[in-house]
Amino acid sequence: MIQPNTILDTYGLLCPVPIIKTAEAVAQLSYGDILEVQADDDQILEDLPAWCASHGHTLVETIQDNGEFRLFVRKDT
Amino acid sequence: MKYYDHSSAPLIDPRVIDSMVFYLRESFGDPSGLHQLGIEAREAVEESRRMVANLIGSELGEIIFTASGSEADNLAIKGLSQAREKYGRHIIVSNIEHHAILYSTKTLERHGFEITLVPVGNDGIVDPDEVLRAMRPDTILVSVMLANDQIGTIQPIHEISDIAHKQGAIVHSDAVSAMGRLPINVKNLKVDALSISARYINGPPGVGALYLKAGTRIRPQIEGGTQEGGRRSGYENIPAIIGFGKAAELITNEFPRRKHRLKTLDALFWNGLKNRLPEVSLNGHPIQRLPGHFNLWIKGVDSESLVLMLDERGIAVSMGSSCMSHASKASHVLIAIGRNPAEARCSLMVSLSPNTKESEIEEVLDTLVNVVHKLRKIMGTNNPQI
Repeated sequence: MIQPNTILDTYGLLCPVPIIKTAEAVAQLSYGDILEVQADDDQILEDLPAWCASHGHTLVETIQDNGEFRLFVRKDT
Repeated sequence: MKYYDHSSAPLIDPRVIDSMVFYLRESFGDPSGLHQLGIEAREAVEESRRMVANLIGSELGEIIFTASGSEADNLAIKGLSQAREKYGRHIIVSNIEHHAILYSTKTLERHGFEITLVPVGNDGIVDPDEVLRAMRPDTILVSVMLANDQIGTIQPIHEISDIAHKQGAIVHSDAVSAMGRLPINVKNLKVDALSISARYINGPPGVGALYLKAGTRIRPQIEGGTQEGGRRSGYENIPAIIGFGKAAELITNEFPRRKHRLKTLDALFWNGLKNRLPEVSLNGHPIQRLPGHFNLWIKGVDSESLVLMLDERGIAVSMGSSCMSHASKASHVLIAIGRNPAEARCSLMVSLSPNTKESEIEEVLDTLVNVVHKLRKIMGTNNPQI
């Protein structure tokens, strides 16, 4: 089980707000830290991998549970 | 015109108006924009947010600006319930809440939530034991207003919060009517959410806020933008937000003086009225109420006639609740504290401002007493039911 350094709860928020908040949160991390993004907007399943790819970070794991999502992002730059 | 309807529609402080003018005339930047004008607008909004947070003892990120106290209430009741419905679908509110709360719960009922209306005593106070009795394992939210907008009764919110939290529910309080008359600190109240509004602290209409404790989930009710962190979309009413911040700053600095002044005027008005007019009493708790706020039961007098006759003589007051004046319905609050519909129609709301002069109080008492005597003489023959 991945242990995140920080958890970002974006429950109830819709695209593009979860990505905006993810960017703000990742900016505060140190290299190699893990951010867990919690969301219930399924658009994040498409948006976050794309954001990670374009910003050089790694989407380490995605967990889906009954309409809620937990995505683990490692800061790689 | 002598104005005594400050609990319904307080006057805007001239210093608040001055703070807004620049943002009405010259500053037109979008706070979401990346250019300098946008950055300036963003900084001004955040400074106002800081003032509002400071007023109620919250953190900056815990303030969500809305268009009104009613909107904050809707966001709280619907948004918090929808966010927590996997834990349960039972909500508790008092039966004297503002209609923004009660009608929001009715909407949730239509979607399968269960609502318990906790009754109040004849003094308008919610007994925390009644809340405890109403709690269930599936209770997710308790909402009780800090002070009632009609009778001014102040509720034991921190005790209610303790009860709700012990059983896993979160707590919201509508503090709109308490603003400017009571000190408000969200940590002391132990609430998870709190509705406030600018106009009750002599700020502009069209802006309110919901305090939402960090880590509390909410389902946004207005979607489609990124404003307010996505929790309340829609282009910000920047001049009104600036005015709200200024009003919050002024109240924070001037509250001790206001509190003392309102208490002095309160005693002057109430003692003066009792000495001059027989058969008049206060609706609600005589002591645990907002200073300078009176909901009067005046025997033998129809309140609509009283309001109109006082208006003819240059005195503005209101009957029942400000929202329902045009509907001419008996106030649900007055019915809840045991008044029958006929008695509810004999009730009058008078609310003082810290800027009210002692000489004005003497004048309004003289006029009020004079008009009541006239009406009692007329209605004593025409309305035997009162």
